[in-house]
Amino acid sequence: MRRIGVVATAAAIGLALTACSGGGDGSGDGGGGGDGGTDVEVFTWWAAGSELTGLEALEAVFAEQHPDFTFVNGAVAGGAGSAAKDLLQTRMQAGDPPDTFQAHAGAELTDYISAGQIEDISDLYTEFGLTDAFPQDLLDLLTVDGAIYSVPSNIHRSNVVWANPTVLEAAGIDPSAVPADIDAWIADLEAVQATGVTALSVATTWTQVNLLETVLMADLGPEAYIGLWNGETDWAGAEVTGALEHFETLMSFTNTDRDGLDWPEATQMVIDGTAAYNVMGDWAVAAFEEQGVERGPGFVDFPVPGSDGQFGFLADSFTLPVGAPNPDGATAWLETVGSLEGQVAFNQAKGSIPARTDADPADFSEYQQTAIESYANDAIVPSLAHGAAAPIAWSTAISDATSKYTTGGSDLATYQEELAAAAG
Amino acid sequence: MTTTTTTAAPGTDQLTPAIRRPKGRFTAARTARYAIALFSLVIVLIPVYVLLVTSFKGPGDATPSRAWALPQLWIADNWIMAWDTLAPAIGRTLQMVIPASIISAFLGSMNGFVLSRWSFRGANVVFTLILFGMFIPYQAVMIPLNQIVLDLGLPNGVPTLILLHVIYGIPITTLIFRNYYESVPHELIEAARMDGAGMLRTYAWVVLPISIPSFVVVLIWQFTSAWNDFLFAVFFSTPNTGPVTVALNNLANGAQLQNYGVSMAGALFASLPTLLVYILLGKYFVGGLMSGSVKG
Amino acid sequence: MKTIKRWGPPVLLLTPSMILLAVFVYGLIAANFATSATDSHTAAQATGAQPTVFVGIQNYLDLLASEAFQHSLKNLLLYTVVFLVGTMLIGFMWAWLLERPMRGEGLFRSVYLFPMAVSFIASGVVWRWLLNSNEGEAALGLNRLFQMVGLDFLQNPWWNNITWGIAAIALPAIWQLSGYVMALFLAGFRGVPEELREAGRMDGASEWQVYRHVIFPQLSPVALSALIIIGHMSLKAFDLIMSISKPSNYQTKVPAVDMYVFKSSFDYANSAAVGAILLIIVAVLVVPYLIHTSRKEASGR
Repeated sequence: MRRIGVVATAAAIGLALTACSGGGDGSGDGGGGGDGGTDVEVFTWWAAGSELTGLEALEAVFAEQHPDFTFVNGAVAGGAGSAAKDLLQTRMQAGDPPDTFQAHAGAELTDYISAGQIEDISDLYTEFGLTDAFPQDLLDLLTVDGAIYSVPSNIHRSNVVWANPTVLEAAGIDPSAVPADIDAWIADLEAVQATGVTALSVATTWTQVNLLETVLMADLGPEAYIGLWNGETDWAGAEVTGALEHFETLMSFTNTDRDGLDWPEATQMVIDGTAAYNVMGDWAVAAFEEQGVERGPGFVDFPVPGSDGQFGFLADSFTLPVGAPNPDGATAWLETVGSLEGQVAFNQAKGSIPARTDADPADFSEYQQTAIESYANDAIVPSLAHGAAAPIAWSTAISDATSKYTTGGSDLATYQEELAAAAG
Repeated sequence: MTTTTTTAAPGTDQLTPAIRRPKGRFTAARTARYAIALFSLVIVLIPVYVLLVTSFKGPGDATPSRAWALPQLWIADNWIMAWDTLAPAIGRTLQMVIPASIISAFLGSMNGFVLSRWSFRGANVVFTLILFGMFIPYQAVMIPLNQIVLDLGLPNGVPTLILLHVIYGIPITTLIFRNYYESVPHELIEAARMDGAGMLRTYAWVVLPISIPSFVVVLIWQFTSAWNDFLFAVFFSTPNTGPVTVALNNLANGAQLQNYGVSMAGALFASLPTLLVYILLGKYFVGGLMSGSVKG
Repeated sequence: MKTIKRWGPPVLLLTPSMILLAVFVYGLIAANFATSATDSHTAAQATGAQPTVFVGIQNYLDLLASEAFQHSLKNLLLYTVVFLVGTMLIGFMWAWLLERPMRGEGLFRSVYLFPMAVSFIASGVVWRWLLNSNEGEAALGLNRLFQMVGLDFLQNPWWNNITWGIAAIALPAIWQLSGYVMALFLAGFRGVPEELREAGRMDGASEWQVYRHVIFPQLSPVALSALIIIGHMSLKAFDLIMSISKPSNYQTKVPAVDMYVFKSSFDYANSAAVGAILLIIVAVLVVPYLIHTSRKEASGR
């Protein structure tokens, strides 16, 4: 009779084992290891909305250009890409990379580069003719020690103010008159606040950092601003103190529930007329357009006062991880991402602008056309809030210091000290 | 259920007459009891109210500023969309949760039996070591864990998650079963011993059949915790291979422009199976806890 | 042969679990401690592209000395206290209400218990609305509700307060787990033999005295296990903070969030050190309890 017990135990263990080894058949999808055949796992955080539409448009172009390969969507949503980055990091660490993944172009890539996790793809730039198609400023920002590691799919601008003209008029402000600098803007904000409406809407920490960087752009100008990131400008200096004082004043006009919101809710306040202004990257335009709010009568946009002539640059880009199961497929994907058809299809859907300068502006919306023009003519400066300016550890330190300051955990002097220490 | 449980749990019906007292004196107290109970009920249901009404609202209506109002227009679109998005993930979650909870329940029952009935030197140390596994913060082990899972060559998604839920479920299931078996009268098992039945036989023929109340508790517990797990799910599966929490997260937090109505309908969908389990089996859950499972 | 017969079956039953736990719990804890004693603070070190150096307890010393981490520990303490007191009080009150038969008992019990069935990913969607910190005209969520029912004075910034904010994050946790504590106490109440109650009444004790002197003392083991189970859950406040606040919000930082943020910025050594500190806190609280129970049982046998 003992055998029965043994059998039962063995059965339970066996069950556990079969449960673990079985089931791999169903999905060709790849966290695990694809067989390097035709599947190309494209890892992004574009899981919904206009981002998803854009990705689908890109997928269609890919299918047309490279019918031999099969696109596999590895999108993970959540927290402006934080869930995806987290998972990606663990997979890379464990030697299980996807075939290609989305990453913010610029300094954020330095971690992957120094860790030897992504390939130098400078050769592909020559092969695909991207060196001529992208503007020189962009190539400079992408180049690390003479090599380029990713292909940008789209460009966004970070230093844009979105405003509700009805609310402005109610406060006696002419919506078509753009304040010349931050001080002039503060006067307008005071006028709005007097009417009882939230003057400036902002959301959680990263959007506050987005606001901070645009104030730094406005007060320091492009050269000194870029200097913050390459060590030529002193974070402890008087110029930065002045900008931080402006930031302090601007924050005093904002909504109290900011830390619980993400950007769409802050932008929505402008759409709904419960706030006058919002500083946000130009993906916000999609929020207005999707709700049928028209540029002009429904909303106005202008560069953050004082930062006119600067294009706060951030971009999504695709990489070739070291050890990708299907490097040929990934290369094919990168070719599509860099191609004119791919860039036009993707950016029309997502509301951003192409990294290439040879796209026809007429294919894009009214706002996008102004962004394309600015991108072509203005000084391109890297955005902090989306990883173009500083590596992850540095931007995390800035984000921590900012949250501590805006929730009352430190005073302005301490804040500046912590920012300087973060740059250290 | 069985004879043993009745001894462990005095029937509620015996209680009823004992407590009855002359009326009048108790009216005020009774009213107060009902008032507190009802008030609590309302408080507990507040989040559910918001979830429910929002899930029936159209895009412009489903905003935080209108959270307390009824829908201007009752629509079912959100539910249809949420169902279309989540249905495959709910199927996968069932495939994951059912085997995971059954296997960990059996393992827990075997461990619990051995540890409660069979004292060897260091049995308590072993038990303590097992229990401590309940308390580790999983984030701390995520990176090496991922490495092990890869080295084992387990396919991403359901199979890996089953394994992890089984392993990290062992401590709690062992605890519940062991405490339960401690409360089972010794004579029952001693009798089996004297019959000459071996330990495994005793386990299979005597212990397993009387373990049903604890199985209910353990299965409910494991079912819900595996169903609601997000941490393991997001690390070891993708939205295409993973359970409903990952899919719901993509639905609720993925969009740039959030559709709150769909998110809330999705949240309700994702919670329905566990809710059903609690509503249908909640009585047995309390009953199972009652039959000695919590004494410790 | 006899030894095999004696030892074989139990060892056979225990072995699968023991091997799994040895590897997946203790093996990984060891790996974590090893990482926490290195200077692996960069991406290149995390992947082994650059070497790491053994630094002993330096990371721990630095963490404990930093103002931000002290803030996290203080938050954890406050959160744990509010969460424990809240669930224990409410859970006990509900159990006491339902302990005596009443009409609709099943409904009450199911409703009190059901939040336990809902994941924080799901309920976080709505709690984010409820705990909105706007007050006055712009009020939303619970603050708006307070206005509607004329309890304006209850309005508060919820988790948006640097000192007390973390206590508000405990609200959804209390909502979720009070029902579980109730179930534990109900089980405890019904585990008290009827003879004991009767004996008390025979001695002329009032109903209250029966509770006070006969029943409540019988519940202390249940209360202790509830405390331990609920207490260790408070260390997992992470999901809630992720779904209601944000990991970057200073006012709601707790060690689990720090661990996450460190890991996301490739600072594996500090991440591991925070994990180890959490583990040590748990061990300090739980191990005495585990030893206490096993001793008590050993002597009780």
